[in-house]
Amino acid sequence: MKKLIIALAATAAALSGFVSGAQAQEKTKVCFVYVGTKTDGGWTQAHDLGRQELQKALGDKIETPYLESVPEGPDAERAIERMARSGCAMIFTTSFGFMDATVKVAQKFPKVKFEHATGFKAAENLATYNSRFYEGRYIQGQIAAKMSKKGLAGYIASFPIPEVVMGINAFELGAKSVNPNFKLKVVWANTWFDPGKEADAAKALIDQGVDILTQHTDTTAPMQVAAERGILAFGQASDMIAAGPKTQLTAIVDTWGAYYIKRTKALLDGTWKSEQVWDGLKDGILTMAPYTNMPDDVKAMAEETEAKIKSGELHPFTGPINKQDGSAWLKAGEKADDGTLLGMNFYVEGVDDKLPQ
Amino acid sequence: MIEAILLTIITAATPLVIAAIGELVTERAGVLNLGVEGMMIMGAVCAFAGSYLTGVPLFGVLAGILGGALFSLLFGFLTLTLVTNQVATGLALTLLGLGLSGQLGESFVGIPGVKLSPIVFPVLSDIPFIGPLLFRQDITFYLSIALVIGVNWFLFRSRTGLKLRAIGDSHGSAHALGINVIRTRYLAVMFGGACAGLAGAQLSLVYTPQWVENMTAGRGWIALALVVFASWRPLRVLIGGYIFGAVGILQLHAQAFGVGIPSQFLSMLPYAVTIVVLIIISHNRRTTLINTPACLGKPFVPDR
Repeated sequence: MKKLIIALAATAAALSGFVSGAQAQEKTKVCFVYVGTKTDGGWTQAHDLGRQELQKALGDKIETPYLESVPEGPDAERAIERMARSGCAMIFTTSFGFMDATVKVAQKFPKVKFEHATGFKAAENLATYNSRFYEGRYIQGQIAAKMSKKGLAGYIASFPIPEVVMGINAFELGAKSVNPNFKLKVVWANTWFDPGKEADAAKALIDQGVDILTQHTDTTAPMQVAAERGILAFGQASDMIAAGPKTQLTAIVDTWGAYYIKRTKALLDGTWKSEQVWDGLKDGILTMAPYTNMPDDVKAMAEETEAKIKSGELHPFTGPINKQDGSAWLKAGEKADDGTLLGMNFYVEGVDDKLPQ
Repeated sequence: MIEAILLTIITAATPLVIAAIGELVTERAGVLNLGVEGMMIMGAVCAFAGSYLTGVPLFGVLAGILGGALFSLLFGFLTLTLVTNQVATGLALTLLGLGLSGQLGESFVGIPGVKLSPIVFPVLSDIPFIGPLLFRQDITFYLSIALVIGVNWFLFRSRTGLKLRAIGDSHGSAHALGINVIRTRYLAVMFGGACAGLAGAQLSLVYTPQWVENMTAGRGWIALALVVFASWRPLRVLIGGYIFGAVGILQLHAQAFGVGIPSQFLSMLPYAVTIVVLIIISHNRRTTLINTPACLGKPFVPDR
């Protein structure tokens, strides 16, 4: 029943997209498909800020219709196809779960350019782009290890996809570089967006004794719970300082704007090519929110790590690293290649959880 | 720790119980309102607005109740006066509520809300364990319990409750007896709306004191399902709501504790366990049939 309603909603939203886009046909349409609402305070908001930046920079040449709250699954394909039919020259689909839907629609509309965020399936007219979030999570892990009195942090995860597993591992590796005995508890909320459930997960972790919280879900609810219980936490996707002025240590802030402008310019001057982009801190596709609520020496350490990652001196996944069961993964000095990272389906040593398969 | 877990369970179960008890009364009067999710989200946004604009969270609760009730009036007008299809109208109400609340709440996004403060009963709240659980809660919890007991009494012990059930079972006969079917149904629909609004207020003022679009995240649908699985009995709604809340919280604790059971399986548990338990307690098909309002969802046009 719920699915049906969402489908109706998506259809209605798509139709309203038609209407708003019908007014100025001479402008090139660069379209966006969002999984959440543009004001979720996290993931989708970050993409929408990028879209607004794009609109501001190239607003005289383009318009940027968007669809919000498009569910992953079969409905996504319908929504993306409607966008394509409505005359979009380029479509950004901004959730991992839109991958197969984007691939299918891209086949049907060879003249439309597609850009899929965080996926790994590309085509002639389908590029992928992603951010090396794990670089920020490594820094968070280091801060957590310095700030936690118990040496135990809690991680609210969404779905067991490589992206999320990679983040958990990077956090643990960062923490272990400071405190080799650091432990990490993981709770899977099995949702990207449900404030109540995310808050419940936060409470469960705090009741089990963690004194630092980090999240890979989209709302500020966990930050709010952390603030209420008087522990420290990290924000996700957007700066969440408003929800926890005395709680947030830092946040990984996604700054997609520069990428959106670059790709749209390429589209306009005809140099667009399908690429698989994976940018990091040094490219400005992600930034760290101000380091707050921590002593100066911790802040200095975090800034130093950030600089080292930017310069390429430090790669978070550098051996020696063991897998969770203690078997060797990377030899001393060996760096993980991108392919392994993008398909990551195992934990590193120290993560106190069984990975759902 | 057990106390902390129980507190979390109470917070999770309260909105489900409140919304479900309201829908139960609506359905007992023979009206199927599938718009619970929409009324709930309207309650949530009105409650946040009321609390934020006046600075008094309690006004937020009132605003939530009013918002839900007024929104349900729209459903009442369409289905009772214009006799539209109840299923379609209810679905439309949910869609409208989700969209409208997003629009209304646009300026409240990202503003940290004020949590509704608890009402502390002197002496009783000092009882170890039970005190903090039962006597140091916010008003929505007390209301949820009062509603279950009150509705149970009203439906099965009062004369008006008997009339309401009569309307739900056979609106033609009730009409022939001189009971005002339409008026009673209007009131029942608005009671359901007010309860859904109160449940929404609990979400945006207690559960997660903030406003985010779609923050009900399907809880209205769960409340609807609870009514059916509780076979339209108020006390079973309470049991079902708490089982659902409890298993949902315990599976998170099980994960954090590291029991090594796949999280997808644990996530499914609240739904599965609630359904199984409610099927067991209502296994007697005869009593279930007696409890099912016979005129549920059927249109009624009074003849002269």
